[in-house]
Amino acid sequence: MTPVATPFFFYFLSILAVVSAIVTITRRNPVHSALALIFTLLALAGLYLMLYAPFVAAVQIVLYAGGIMVLFLFVIMLVNIEKAELEERFNKQWLVATLAAASLGGLLLFVLRRGHGIFPATFQNFPEGENTQKIGLQLYQNYLMPFEIASLLLLVAIVGAVVMAKKRV
Amino acid sequence: MGEITTLHYLVVAAALFIIGVIGVLTRRNVVIILMSIELILNAVNLNLVAFSRLYNLQGQIFSIFIMADAAAEAAVGLGILIAFFRNKETVNMDEVDLLKW
Repeated sequence: MTPVATPFFFYFLSILAVVSAIVTITRRNPVHSALALIFTLLALAGLYLMLYAPFVAAVQIVLYAGGIMVLFLFVIMLVNIEKAELEERFNKQWLVATLAAASLGGLLLFVLRRGHGIFPATFQNFPEGENTQKIGLQLYQNYLMPFEIASLLLLVAIVGAVVMAKKRV
Repeated sequence: MGEITTLHYLVVAAALFIIGVIGVLTRRNVVIILMSIELILNAVNLNLVAFSRLYNLQGQIFSIFIMADAAAEAAVGLGILIAFFRNKETVNMDEVDLLKW
C-alpha cells in the first residue's frame, strides 16, 4: 500500500509529539502531564506506522499508552498531588540546565547537518505485511538469548517493585 | 513540503530527546522526572526505527527490547517513589537526600 499525503501526516504527527512533550514537562498537575505524554506516545506510534514498522507501533500503543501510563496514573493517585501543586515547579538551576540542554541540542543538530550524507538516501523496501513474521523469526532465532535475558530482567523488576512498594512487616 | 527523509525523523527525535533532558534537569516532581525519562527512551526508539528503514529489521528489534527495559524501569522507579513517599511524605526531588550527608 503506498502512503498518501506523507508530508502532511509527518508534520502533523511530529508537531503533535513535540508540543505534547513540551506540555508534559511544563504542567503543574502531574495528571495533565500524563495525559500530554499519552498524546506524544500515540503520535510516535503514528510515526512508526509511517516508517513501515506496524509491529513496533502496536507494541508502542499496548505497552506505553496502555501499560506504563496506567502505572503512572495509579502512582499519581497514590501520592499526594495537592501539596505538590502548591510548590515551585522548577528547581533553582533551571536556567543553567536549559542552556546546557539547548547547547547539547545545537550539537546534535550540527552533527546531523554535517553527517547526514553518510547514510544512504534511499529507503529499503519492506513489505509491511511480512513485518511481524520477520520480527518474530528474528526474535526466536538470532535474538533468542537477549529475549530470554529480557524475560529475566522483567521478573527481577516485578519482584523489586513489589518489595519496594510493600509495607514493612 | 518536500520529500520526508530520514533526517526529518532524526531532527524530531533530537527535539524530543532535548525536551526530555530539560525535564529531567529542571523539574522538582519525581513523577514528571520519570515521565521525562520515558520521553528520552522514546526519542531513542524513534531514531532506531528511522535507521531500521534504511538498513534492516535490527533497529526495530532493538527498539522492542528498549520498550521492555522502559517497562522494567518504570515499575522499579515508581516502586522506589512509593517507598520514598511513605518515608518523607513528599515527591520533591530536592528532598531525596537519605543517602547524602
